Amino acid sequence: MSEASLPLAPSEGRSTVRQLMTTPTSAVAIVILAVLVAFAVFAPWIAPFDPSKAAAGPRLGAPTAEHLFGTDLHGRDVFSRVVWGARYSLPVGLCTLLLGLLAGGALGVLLGYMGGRLDAVGARIVDVLLGFPAIVMAILVVSVLGVGLVKVVIAVAIADIPKFARVIRGATIVAKQNLFVDSAVAMGAGPARIMLLHVFPTILPTVILLGTLNLGGAILSTATLSFLGLGTQPPTPEWGTMLNDGRDYIRYAPWMMIAPGMALFLAIISVNLIGDRLSEIMDPRAKGRM
Amino acid sequence: MTYFVRRVVALIPILFLTWTAVFIVFELIPGDPVNLMLAGVPASEEVIANERARLGLDKPVLERYVTFLGRAAVGDLGESFRTRAPVTEMILAQVGPTLQLAAAGLLVGLTVGLFLGVLAGLRPNTWIDTACTFSALAGSSLPSFWTGMVLIYIFGSMLGWVPIVGTGLDALILPAIVTGLFIAGDFARLVRSSIIDASRQDYIRTARAKGLPPIKIIGKHALRNALIPPVTMLGIQLSNLMGGAVVTENVFARPGLGTMLVDAVLNKDMPLVQALVVYTTAAYLIINLLVDVVYGLIDPRIRHARAAGT
Repeated sequence: MSEASLPLAPSEGRSTVRQLMTTPTSAVAIVILAVLVAFAVFAPWIAPFDPSKAAAGPRLGAPTAEHLFGTDLHGRDVFSRVVWGARYSLPVGLCTLLLGLLAGGALGVLLGYMGGRLDAVGARIVDVLLGFPAIVMAILVVSVLGVGLVKVVIAVAIADIPKFARVIRGATIVAKQNLFVDSAVAMGAGPARIMLLHVFPTILPTVILLGTLNLGGAILSTATLSFLGLGTQPPTPEWGTMLNDGRDYIRYAPWMMIAPGMALFLAIISVNLIGDRLSEIMDPRAKGRM
Repeated sequence: MTYFVRRVVALIPILFLTWTAVFIVFELIPGDPVNLMLAGVPASEEVIANERARLGLDKPVLERYVTFLGRAAVGDLGESFRTRAPVTEMILAQVGPTLQLAAAGLLVGLTVGLFLGVLAGLRPNTWIDTACTFSALAGSSLPSFWTGMVLIYIFGSMLGWVPIVGTGLDALILPAIVTGLFIAGDFARLVRSSIIDASRQDYIRTARAKGLPPIKIIGKHALRNALIPPVTMLGIQLSNLMGGAVVTENVFARPGLGTMLVDAVLNKDMPLVQALVVYTTAAYLIINLLVDVVYGLIDPRIRHARAAGT
């Protein structure tokens, strides 16, 4: 576990970005991520074809100058679909992460701050859930909620709650030992106010780091569920769904799965590289990831 | 031994809690089980009522809850909506392939992870370290379903070295690599930081000062201590393996528990899903208990602390 709970002074914020940019690996990662985000934002202008337009080219056509990544079973342009896919895969991963972070963070702060019997029982349950494979848990939640994009976001977020709750609980236990928390108690502030206005700002750097380190995982998990047929449904050009489309044509049209898979891999590794570097910058003792 | 007994006893409330949670969750699922079972096939009121009585659905919730706990404890969790076969038998039939995959994946994952981790840990902050750390990160960033497809394309389709489907050992190679990569990255990171920590210890300096050959210092002094933290993480790795098996089995169209789970969810075969959860939690808890016990056997300090009851 990383102990990256060192509070960042406001002036350090800019130098963090500079440090990220001056490290070759994280600089490359930022550029790759920026390209993918540009795909998501400017998809209609970047993509040469309508992503769902059938017969934009030959069926299962190999890559050509016109169709950079080839065409799929319905003759749709794979490059256009990958570009549009960024619009689905990236925000879906981000929403999942934020939702999980919010729920897990709230639980973690509550357990850590309140302590006592609530924490004893809560932390035990979190520990048990933590070891349960997250992807299996997400699949189970989908079995209850049903198949679909929004449901997958909720499912993966729920499956991630224990992970976030555990780290944030630890950070909260450290944060509540600050003198300003004692003085707030002495001044008569209630637990809710202290958690929100005193504890939360103190642990914010930990939350940001935790989020960055887990964004790649969130993108991966949601894409995995879509790949398994439990998330976004065809013909949505989401990367996981596209990979599922391509699996039956590995032999005849490998480009159908190579391009979206590569996009997914680049998104995840760039986010992970940034998270890794960020954790080194914020906590030089913790070299390597939690 | 008392430690072991204590731990086994401690399992009971946890199993009770999880199974209660499972029961509540499955009670909350919208839709009548019999309707789900019929899947749109028209049936008379009488048939539906009979079926409800047969499944015990007409009993009050509390009674069903007690029945469920009792049946879960003896491994009788009803029958599949699809096949009408007892779910426990269906699951037992699929355990073998998944265990085989998990074992092979663990072997690949530990070997690759250990190799990368030791290599990086012995030469921290050199290009070797950077290369190993980057490979580990790339490994844990690879979507395993994609890696699987790419491997199928290269080694199955293009080169034709291994069969893509099948039950033989050669058909296990690619799935094992994919499942192994799932855990190799995390494991390599752990080993690396553990080795760096261990090589800063005084006894390593002593061993160096004595003029021991590096191979002996690493093998006998550094590794042995450095491996303790990664071994404790084995429990978590096993859960990762189980998660990896779901995806890998799907990609390679292998039979097993993962395939079964995904199919059961897609078919809304609730008794099967429920039984899979009940058994997975039990298996997971037992495996973790065993890992903890083994850990005590490896490290005498922990064994003694446990005997003292702390």
